[in-house]
Amino acid sequence: MRLLLDLLAQGLQMTLVLAAAPLLVGWTRKLRARLLRRRGPDLVQPYRDLVRLLRKEPVIAHSASPYFRVAPYLVFASTWIAAALVPTYATGLMFHWATDLIAIVAFLGFARFALGLAGMDVGTAFGGIGSSREVMIASLAEPAMLLVVFTLALLAGSTQLSAIAEFLVREPVGLRVSLGLALVALLMVAIAENARIPVDNPTTHLELTMVHEAMVLEYSGRHLALIEAASALKLTAYFSLVACLFFPFGMVTSTSSPLLYPLGILAWMAKIAVLGAVLAVFETAVAKLRVFRVPEFLGGAFVLGFLGTLLLFVSRAL
Amino acid sequence: MLEFLVLIVALLAASGALGVIRALDPRRPLLVYGIALVLCLGGLAVVLGHRVMGAPVLRLVLPLGLPWVGVHLRLDALAGFFLLVINLVGALVSLFALGYGRHASEPGRVLPFYGPFLAAMQLVCLADDAFSFLFAWELMSLVSFFLVLVEHEKESSHQAARVYLLMAAGGTFSLLLAMGVLAGADGGYSFDAIRGQERAEATVVSVFLLALIGAGSKAGLIPVHAWLPLAHPAAPSHVSALMSGVMTKVAIYGFVRLVFDLLGGVALGPSVIVLILGGISAVLGVLYALMEHDLKRLLAYHTVENIGIITAALGLALAFAAAGFDLLAALALTAGLFHVLNHALFKSLLFCGAGAVLHATGTRDMERLGGLLRRMPTTGISFLLGCAAISALPPLNGFVSEWLLFQAILQSPILVSLPIVLVVPAVGALLALAAALAAACFVKAYGVVFLSRPRSAEAAAAREVDPFSRAAMLAFAGLCLLLGVIPGLIVDALAPVGELLLTAHLPSQLGNPWLSLQPLPTSASSYNGLVLLSFLLIAGGLTAVVLHRFGGAGLRLGPIWDCGYPDPAPSTQYTATSFAQPIRRVFGTVLFRARETVTMPPPLATAAARLEVRLEDPIWERLYVPVARAVLAAADRLNPLQFQTIRRYLVLVFLSLVGLLVLAAARS
Repeated sequence: MRLLLDLLAQGLQMTLVLAAAPLLVGWTRKLRARLLRRRGPDLVQPYRDLVRLLRKEPVIAHSASPYFRVAPYLVFASTWIAAALVPTYATGLMFHWATDLIAIVAFLGFARFALGLAGMDVGTAFGGIGSSREVMIASLAEPAMLLVVFTLALLAGSTQLSAIAEFLVREPVGLRVSLGLALVALLMVAIAENARIPVDNPTTHLELTMVHEAMVLEYSGRHLALIEAASALKLTAYFSLVACLFFPFGMVTSTSSPLLYPLGILAWMAKIAVLGAVLAVFETAVAKLRVFRVPEFLGGAFVLGFLGTLLLFVSRAL
Repeated sequence: MLEFLVLIVALLAASGALGVIRALDPRRPLLVYGIALVLCLGGLAVVLGHRVMGAPVLRLVLPLGLPWVGVHLRLDALAGFFLLVINLVGALVSLFALGYGRHASEPGRVLPFYGPFLAAMQLVCLADDAFSFLFAWELMSLVSFFLVLVEHEKESSHQAARVYLLMAAGGTFSLLLAMGVLAGADGGYSFDAIRGQERAEATVVSVFLLALIGAGSKAGLIPVHAWLPLAHPAAPSHVSALMSGVMTKVAIYGFVRLVFDLLGGVALGPSVIVLILGGISAVLGVLYALMEHDLKRLLAYHTVENIGIITAALGLALAFAAAGFDLLAALALTAGLFHVLNHALFKSLLFCGAGAVLHATGTRDMERLGGLLRRMPTTGISFLLGCAAISALPPLNGFVSEWLLFQAILQSPILVSLPIVLVVPAVGALLALAAALAAACFVKAYGVVFLSRPRSAEAAAAREVDPFSRAAMLAFAGLCLLLGVIPGLIVDALAPVGELLLTAHLPSQLGNPWLSLQPLPTSASSYNGLVLLSFLLIAGGLTAVVLHRFGGAGLRLGPIWDCGYPDPAPSTQYTATSFAQPIRRVFGTVLFRARETVTMPPPLATAAARLEVRLEDPIWERLYVPVARAVLAAADRLNPLQFQTIRRYLVLVFLSLVGLLVLAAARS
């Protein structure tokens, strides 16, 4: 009975992130449009897009290899799992010990690796430019992210996400320099990894400015739907991560009753809605960077993460 | 048990003679590789049996070698683990060579050295006195020197072999000095005598530095790596697999044996040097690889990167041991040795794959390859798994050892002394950077070679390789996956090694629920590749089933979209050089002084424009070239000494004798 409940709770988290991810995208799009004094699409428009894409027949280039058809499933499945293993409404779910923060970063790296290869597959200049720039951005963002992980792990004494979240809820950690640096670095990484302004523009199809969109240019139909869903899930995963690590209040800990789950879910949705709103405001306020300014942006994140780690190495109190 | 192993090594060495005979019959090199395969499997069985018995220390003295020393052999947990690596990879590479070796143009240049090479590497691990250790070490270098020279008609092979011989000799010389200092004035050359001695701090540091140079140059640690990217690609691919996958690990063994076992560890200061060198090798190795578009050279540079990761882990283990944290030292050591096995597996897999590509297309220039996954599916799939493993992606094995290393790094604030607290986080950052760059490099390698459209007629006409090679590559890929999913197997197998060297070992892992990995009982950090892999398969499979059931399973083939302007010429694709351009611009402008010059034709002319990329190798230009110049200049100065009369030579001899006597008098 206990096992069944645990499985249900874990399954709930998996379906929850999957169901909420397109809504989060719709919400940021709507807000951005309103900030630009446009009316904007419906909140549920991303769902409609996904359903329409799923119904359409995919067209695949003659030169594509079998890998091209497998890649969307790999990308979607790995992103979904990574998103579902970040604690959203509760800590200590059934499989919380299966991955830790390092493994989640690496698993998102797996999705990026799979997608980068798919961009190279058909053999076009667009796919190549997309993959090449995506891996350049990732090769700077991923170490910055790992340094953020180090900062948190040093503080909490574990890389387990649930353990970190519970530690931050339980202990009077207070305001710390290292945590502040880590938060800024994590937000910068999240912007870069999710191909948002100022690093990349999710809405552009101008050839010289796109990175992520160029990589998936050859995809259509259900394959494209999977990739779109994966991007939405990735955004959700990063927002959940920020919420879980820096704003862990409202989460149901492993000691409290499962009856609190609805409250936990509401708190999580409120948190990622606020983060989505912050993202929308930020995106309308800044302009996109040139591609070769991006390393400076991410280098900043790297340095901040490194400083955070270094401070904790020097003294646990910082 | 040890006797069996000695017999196997002797037979492997003897199989070289068979190679000479067989080489006369160029169509049938099968026998030599078949024998090597059987012998390696035998060695594997012996080593596994030794481990099952609890890895006791076995000794044997053979009446060979120097009359008053003899040949001391010893099989303990550390030697057993490295013998496992050698025999496992040796067996699979021999299986690969059963098919691949048939295509050698001159088998007579490979076969006589193949068995002795495997034998010499095993002998290094078995040796228990300074003389036989150095003998085996030098034998390993010389035999592999001949293997580097196999394609003797190429000028590049000559240069590679020359640089290799020079640096191998330098490395052995350094180890010779280290052994001499270890043995001390009384000259006890058996390792047992060496272990028991008390040493002054200065002696320990000098032995440590000599061992670092000697073993590091064999392993390919920056800055003494220069021979590696030249020599490994020059050898035939199955030998490259052994050199990169196994021989560099034997060098790591040499370092561990000398520093951890014979010296019994070093102080915190020297261990910082190891850490720093490891971190720098990891990042520079992968950056060199990114600039490369020769497939085998790219893989060779990745060996430098992975050796850097292993070295950093060993440095951390030394630091923990020096500060008295034996369990944490065992964690770092386990991470390093686990990576030894992992790298041996996936690097051999990748070199075998590169050999398959080379055989199928006749080129290893990535700019002339492409689209091979469709033509060579088995090679393509195993190579993909190898790429994912070396890029440290879960759920494969490369990730597990890096994860363990990161766990060790996260425990290191416990070392409170000053330089190390600043160095460890920096090394952690460097390792994180190296891992991310490695993933970028293998997106490039796999995307350009196996995906995209063929860039030459040879690539378009490639054919899948023979079943032996395919079986070997699949076995390598399967092992990479297995060790990623059940890492407890290796962590538990390494427990006696930790016990032997550090008197501490990690808690047993195979008993954990769901086979997950939880190295330290004090921190809740855990990882489970098995669950991750099952989730991946279930989620991916479920998605595919649901989509095909409810969304329709139709699929249409069409022309390339490419925003409406597809160009059928394969040269319009991204190449390896263009793929690396953003990273070259970010890291290479300062480091490699990368310069791009564009030559445009004059207006209205129809000539092609040219883009030229120039790179400089900073270490070669700033370290090796000046040293070579200095040596040449000194040789020029000393040259007159060679043409003297007998009287002057006698004066020189007399003066040297007096000088030495004065030195001896001053010491006593």
